[in-house]
Amino acid sequence: MKVEMRHIYKSFGPVRALQDVSLTVQAGTIHGLLGENGAGKTTLMKILSGYLRPDRGEILLDGQAVRFRSPAEGLRHGIGMLHQDPMDFPALSVLDNFMMGHEGGLWLDRRGARRALKELADAFGFDLDPDARVDSLTVGERQQLELLRLLWRGVRVLILDEPTTGISAPQKARLFATLRRLAEEGKAVIFVTHKLEEAEELCHRVTVLRQGRLAGEVTPPYSPARLIELMFGRPVPMPERERIPLGEPVLEVQDLVVGDHRLRLSQVRLTVRAGEIIGLAGMEGSGQQLLMRACAGLIRPWEGTIRVSGRDLTGKPYSAFLEAGVLYVPANRLEEGLIPGLTLTEHFQLVYPNGRHLIDWEQARAEAQRRIREFHIRGRPETPVEALSGGNQQRTLLALIRTPARLLLLEHPTRGLDVESSLWVWERLKERARQGTALMVVSSDLQELMQYCHRIVVFFSGRVSEPIDAEQLTLDRLGHMIAGRGW
Amino acid sequence: MKEILLPRVRTSRWLAVGWQGLSILMALLFTTLVLLLTGAPPLEAYRQVVEGAFGSLKRATDILVAWVPLMLVTSGLLLTFTAGLWNIGVEGQIVLGAIATTGVVRALQHTDLPPPIILVLALLAGMAGGAAWAGLVGLLKVYGGVHEIFGGLGLNFVATTLILWLIFGPWKRPGIGSMSGTEPFPERLMLPTLPGLRLSPWALGMALLSVALVYVLLRNTYFGLRLKAIGKNLRAAHLLGVPTTRYLFLALLGCGAMAGLAGSIQVTAVYHRLIPPISSGYGYLGLLVAMLANYRVTWSVPVAFFFAALNIGSIQLPITLKLDSTLSGVMQGALVLFVLLMQGVRARWQAKTTVESEDGA
Repeated sequence: MKVEMRHIYKSFGPVRALQDVSLTVQAGTIHGLLGENGAGKTTLMKILSGYLRPDRGEILLDGQAVRFRSPAEGLRHGIGMLHQDPMDFPALSVLDNFMMGHEGGLWLDRRGARRALKELADAFGFDLDPDARVDSLTVGERQQLELLRLLWRGVRVLILDEPTTGISAPQKARLFATLRRLAEEGKAVIFVTHKLEEAEELCHRVTVLRQGRLAGEVTPPYSPARLIELMFGRPVPMPERERIPLGEPVLEVQDLVVGDHRLRLSQVRLTVRAGEIIGLAGMEGSGQQLLMRACAGLIRPWEGTIRVSGRDLTGKPYSAFLEAGVLYVPANRLEEGLIPGLTLTEHFQLVYPNGRHLIDWEQARAEAQRRIREFHIRGRPETPVEALSGGNQQRTLLALIRTPARLLLLEHPTRGLDVESSLWVWERLKERARQGTALMVVSSDLQELMQYCHRIVVFFSGRVSEPIDAEQLTLDRLGHMIAGRGW
Repeated sequence: MKEILLPRVRTSRWLAVGWQGLSILMALLFTTLVLLLTGAPPLEAYRQVVEGAFGSLKRATDILVAWVPLMLVTSGLLLTFTAGLWNIGVEGQIVLGAIATTGVVRALQHTDLPPPIILVLALLAGMAGGAAWAGLVGLLKVYGGVHEIFGGLGLNFVATTLILWLIFGPWKRPGIGSMSGTEPFPERLMLPTLPGLRLSPWALGMALLSVALVYVLLRNTYFGLRLKAIGKNLRAAHLLGVPTTRYLFLALLGCGAMAGLAGSIQVTAVYHRLIPPISSGYGYLGLLVAMLANYRVTWSVPVAFFFAALNIGSIQLPITLKLDSTLSGVMQGALVLFVLLMQGVRARWQAKTTVESEDGA
């Protein structure tokens, strides 16, 4: 089935996720969708599969315009999506998951489903036990199950969102063989990824998105340099980086092993000194967040040690890290960083209490006003934080960072901000560094990292590089490393 | 990325009142429908309820007698609701307060201690008992991962069984154990009431004090602010440095203590002994009051009064109209249901108009 998306626009409040993006996927091809995080790939695919609705634009299937109100409707038209994290039911059996969502009468036809499962699994060389519980399967196997489930429902367009994160090499090989076969059978396959190699190996055509817009479309033979350029844009001449005398080591990470169900970081070694700014570069889900949270005391590492200013804090609770001056600023402003429903004044009183028991609201309001002025927050003391714009929420988050801090861990501090706000944020961060705080910053804006950080650590698929001096890096090389090449 | 619908429409005061009024109207219609289906005259039933509540001084003060424990429980629940907890276990906390109080009175009634001391000790024991029972809910939640709704509900059943065992077992009346409860306390150990009436000024005072305390706590203290933070976003509060586990426990203990005190008052001021239905359903009713009052202290005072009036007013319905006195329950339940329903409808309606006005951004 031929898929056409024409002039798609999508915004989430003030954030423009997609602007005038068009995509055409021919039946029988594997079409790659490449781009950084925040480029809009997942948003675009969620619109295609029916999970989201576009603000403007249309979708045509085999020339017919369609409008989906839900993923179920998308599925009925033959579009199925395999999400990055398996969306299945871990407590149920493989067979039950396979049957989930299948339209049929009142009675469950288990025997028919069992037969279909076996047939499909055999056809593709998958080995799945119908009665096993899904939470006992590996990520790769859960993916295979999901694939079979969609195939049984008769999908003609298959969207895979970063499918190779967390699966083994043989599983990956099998997946690729499966996808090639599906394309041969006439299905349209859309392969969303940030890994250049895979796009090169598998796709008949690659579309690159950057910051919500269409950056370009290429056909084989692929030039990695061209792909990187499309993904990240041309380098901009950068101002001189400040040379700050570095102080004592604030953070010492030794032989750290930390992970979750998808990813595992091994043997991470890192030392950060006072006044230093370290950048963590890599695609989302490559492990930067894991490392940050481990250093913040939110995740317990499996092995290794974390020392802050000489004290061993491995395994200690979050409060110990807070007391040691390690402050963590999450990327999800409203979900994890701020408290919707509470005003600016209330937030400041939570973090900087004026007293022990009773709150002097007059004084609190005046103090809030002072901080609002200091941090240029466009809001009033009684404004609830959810009413602030993204940029002002970020300023609020920064205003909530206690002083003094030994180590600041910031996740995407300038995400969604305009240029002026980003510059302002970095000015404040540089000021902190000058005062002797060590900083670790995760960002997907490579130019930003190159511009402000002293050293950069690159993450790819669980691999962690040694810290590289920013002066010895080029945007080109950084882009390559993030996409998995040049290690 | 999730689609977060941010409420940007600032609603006017009158619109809010209008929505509430619509809910009350729908609740009245619903109850009237129920009455018609059972063949009872609706207007007459309502008239009887009003008369039953305000017909005489005794009845009017009886409303206050019912209001006191209800208000205590509701105040406590406002603490846990602010912290984001569904303390369904409050019923059991009332019962344990009653049990603890009875235990202390029984232990000390034959000693030489002056009655005021005994009563004070008994009330303190009631608060401790309720708080301890609430603490169990907290332990189950923090160390067992058991949601407080299930933990609370389970402990409610345990409390009911415990009280039945005590009344029919170790604390039974000499001779036979019966549903009428334990041996009544000697008169000197009953909380003094106003002459001729069932209302105790001490109990009234305690209820008023608890409301004032919770009001001040939630509005003017760091304790209240931290509870509010935890209730609105536990994760962010934790990251910002609020000791979340500690405050969750404190909220539960505070609510348990007030619920326990309500149980104590039921034992010492109203029934003067321990009976199986000592909690009189005030726990569940308190949850309804808190929900209807939109979790605000100022609103919960009149709402609790209204509910208490409904309860008292419908006591004589079985006699006069052959209607079950649980008609008040029907009204109360319907009211809460429709208010919640209207809140949902209103939120949907507002969100829809917000999204539509943002199209083409």
